[in-house]
Amino acid sequence: MIRRRVKRTRSGGFELRIPVDERELLRTLGPQLREVLLRDAASAQQGEDTAVGRLFPVAYPTDEDRQTEYRLLVHDELLSSHLGALAVLEETADAEHLDEDQLLAWMRALNHVRLVLGTRLDITEERDERPLNPSDSRTSAFAVYDYLTYLQGEIIDALSG
Amino acid sequence: MTAVPVEVKEPEIEDVVVPDRPWIVIVWNDPINLMSYVTFVFQKLFGYSLEKATKLMLDVHEKGRAVVSSGPRERAELDVFRLHEHGLWATMEHDS
Repeated sequence: MIRRRVKRTRSGGFELRIPVDERELLRTLGPQLREVLLRDAASAQQGEDTAVGRLFPVAYPTDEDRQTEYRLLVHDELLSSHLGALAVLEETADAEHLDEDQLLAWMRALNHVRLVLGTRLDITEERDERPLNPSDSRTSAFAVYDYLTYLQGEIIDALSG
Repeated sequence: MTAVPVEVKEPEIEDVVVPDRPWIVIVWNDPINLMSYVTFVFQKLFGYSLEKATKLMLDVHEKGRAVVSSGPRERAELDVFRLHEHGLWATMEHDS
């Protein structure tokens, strides 16, 4: 039987039962996502079909002027919101207990990483196959993606339960 | 009672304010966000019941999009922002 990774406690918080090797993986996510956010957010066009474009979608797809105005207004705030969630994940990567706000930050940060990885792996509704050849360069990225999908599911179960 | 007569300035054409037509916030399907995640986010951001959030999520999944909220422009922009904070693909447009 697979042990639940995240469990709601009677005090209203959440217990994290994440093995050491998985926590090591989680610690590597922060620097990687931060680099993507900071390097690409400045240069990439909002809404571009790139990994980072997925984290800064277009609000007004048919109105260029309003979109430009909207982007000016919120881009920095959205970036700092994404970075804030990531910071919580990094600060609490070794924690055994999280409060609800912290777990919500984990949920968002892990989802951002999934969006970046999934876009780069070109996952689509129709095509979501794993490479058969273990030496395929995408194999480890798929493994990380699948693990994060699993952990995300555990977090949502715990938050909804 | 009588009203005090006031001098009424004839509105010039530029002064006419067109009532703000409501804006709708649309969430589009994407292959990465989990169905359970999308449902959870709808409940959390909009206070929808599990039933309503699930129906909206299924609309997104099966029809490709769903209108998740509507209102004045500022309100719609805030909803779009909060959806973007959660990595959902949201846009807004005038209700037609």
